[in-house]
Amino acid sequence: MSEAAARTRLGALALVAPLVLFLALFFAWPLVSMLKESVSDPVGSRAFPLTAEAAAGWDRQSEPPDALKQAFVEDLRNIDDQQLLGDAVRRLNSAQNGFRTLMGKTVRAAQEQSGPLDLAAIDAKWTDVRFWRAVVDSTNPYTDRNLLAALDYQRDATGKVVALPADASANTAILIRTLWIGAVVTIACALIGLPYAMLAVSLTGWKRQLLLGAVLLPLWTSLLVRTAAWFILLQEKGLINDTLISLGLISGPLPLIFNRLGVVIAMTHVLLPFMVLPIYSVLLAIPKNLMPAAASLGAPPWRAFLRVLLPLSLRGVVSGSLLVFMTAIGYYITPALIGGAQDQMISSVIAFYAIGSANWGMAGALGAILLVATLALYAVYGRLSSDRGGL
Amino acid sequence: MVQSNIRFEQVNKSFGTLRVVDDLNLVIEQGEFVSLLGPSGSGKTTILMMLAGFEAPTSGTISLGSQRIDQLPPHKRNMGVVFQNYALFPHMDVASNVAFPLEMRGTPKAEIGERVTRVLDMVQLGALKDRKPSQLSGGQQQRVALARALVFEPSVVLMDEPLGALDKQLREQMQLDIRALHRRLGLTIVFVTHDQSEALTMSDRIAVFNRGKIEQIGSPREIYDQPHSRFVAQFIGETNLVEGTLAENGKSGATVALPGGGQIRVQPSGAQLASQKILVSVRPERIRLDTGNKADNSYSATITDAVYHGDHLRIQLDDDAFGFIVKADRKQAELAPGDRVTVSFSASDCWMLPA
Repeated sequence: MSEAAARTRLGALALVAPLVLFLALFFAWPLVSMLKESVSDPVGSRAFPLTAEAAAGWDRQSEPPDALKQAFVEDLRNIDDQQLLGDAVRRLNSAQNGFRTLMGKTVRAAQEQSGPLDLAAIDAKWTDVRFWRAVVDSTNPYTDRNLLAALDYQRDATGKVVALPADASANTAILIRTLWIGAVVTIACALIGLPYAMLAVSLTGWKRQLLLGAVLLPLWTSLLVRTAAWFILLQEKGLINDTLISLGLISGPLPLIFNRLGVVIAMTHVLLPFMVLPIYSVLLAIPKNLMPAAASLGAPPWRAFLRVLLPLSLRGVVSGSLLVFMTAIGYYITPALIGGAQDQMISSVIAFYAIGSANWGMAGALGAILLVATLALYAVYGRLSSDRGGL
Repeated sequence: MVQSNIRFEQVNKSFGTLRVVDDLNLVIEQGEFVSLLGPSGSGKTTILMMLAGFEAPTSGTISLGSQRIDQLPPHKRNMGVVFQNYALFPHMDVASNVAFPLEMRGTPKAEIGERVTRVLDMVQLGALKDRKPSQLSGGQQQRVALARALVFEPSVVLMDEPLGALDKQLREQMQLDIRALHRRLGLTIVFVTHDQSEALTMSDRIAVFNRGKIEQIGSPREIYDQPHSRFVAQFIGETNLVEGTLAENGKSGATVALPGGGQIRVQPSGAQLASQKILVSVRPERIRLDTGNKADNSYSATITDAVYHGDHLRIQLDDDAFGFIVKADRKQAELAPGDRVTVSFSASDCWMLPA
């Protein structure tokens, strides 16, 4: 009996194994490696292994001991991979300006002479403890630099977390903008989606199919195509402006594209199915006799709606809002095509770091911030929906 | 008290070409418990929905007392409705559900609390007022629905198969409870059901519906003992029917000649039977299998099947006794298929119907 049960369980595991494997390979692994990328900083530790060892005894404030300096020189002599050296210089320069020329001089000197080297004689910068601190910091394989930078913070010379100067900080502003656009789109979707779903549920036959089809059809079209369609519709000489002008409602074209309004319009349309469908399914599950019951108990139609139908459909609105919001804050194509410079969302910043400047650490860190925001939201939703249990 | 009868006059209801209610004329007296009984699709629920205001009659009028109500929206009719599956509001607790009709009527808050408590105590649910409907059993939900329909003290309560979802024991208990409430509160209750035993035990009068028409209306006793048609005889309880021709219809008794040559003495029918061809109905529990008993009708027959039912023995007879089914006394449990028995029943237990 138990052997048969064990075999059944083994069979079941074998059946789900491909799915688990797929998820592990294409979901869990990229996710973990992205998160790792955002905190890992391997260049320094690979380029300066001896320095890392020698740095153990240094207090980071006083003049570094000779052993540390000579370990660093030894490391420089040992590097034969020019790519690694280049990466290391770039890494150091990003932490402290001035490293590029300094390293050029120092490496040359280290390779031309043998034996201990007087670094201060090569360049006076080596007497500055900040440069040594940057070197030692770079040998730590893990860093919170990217995560802090993603939220516009950095560590100052003493290792304290401080805000970036205003001219260098854009991420928080873009993150807030992302959340704001997400919220506006979510509200717009809810305002359109709730009446729409109610209408669809109240109809039967082909009329209901038509309404649902109108929502679902765009879902089967590529996001790029839908966005491109909006690009055409919203243009200055696009269909909407032309129609409004020919109807005489406006004298000049409305600015609908390359601004916030256009982004919200296009995103609302694209995300509307994710609002309508959950509300629709919740409404379908509401027993048909509740509204007649309310009427028989003396409720006029609008009061029955406010007291019975609306509260019951809110569950659908909440799940729909969550879906729309979580999808919206990850949007990239639509703001990129329809929006102006002031409408770019966090995803475009991620894309910039990932594709534009090959800074995978920053891309990963921003991605992690987005992931955390989404998870926090999901936790709030879970809490809310369990509080309202019994529905 | 103002007399407020419910009066249906020439009410018709069609859905497309389908006529669901066909020329209904019915008066329900104040304080009466009337069951609308019939198979599904017989129009009984549609009638209740028209009374509650969820359907409008295609033609005809419905009035309550002197007021015509068929054009009145449901929320102005002031009738308590208990729905099939209860229709409790899932997002409100028991107390809020019951308070709902009072809130809609603008009853002061303090009074609402007091009346909700009183009505919940009446249905023995006072302790569960903070529960959500999903945390209640079927019987408890049913009581909440009842309390909600009664709390605003309507004079008319409509019930649409309210006990259908309950198990047998609970259903019988609720039948007694509703009957008691009806007596105590002097309510007019219109009760839709397809369960004939439920209609028999609860109602003052039963209206039996078939294809949108009232087949027969009367007290449970009349409906059971004196059915007007084959449909009613077979729908209410169980019966044995045998076809014959009316040979004699005198004051003291009547005789029906059977095609096989025999005859049955039956009680005389007051009604004019349109044709000579008639049906004789004999209830299974009225037939005796005692040997040597003197009776109006007596036949010798063979048992083809005998099934033990606990409180009775269900016996199938062969063609010598017209293939009748008999509910025999359990004391006769030794009867077995193949036994030869004397079947007897009195003329007063034989009822004539038009064939």
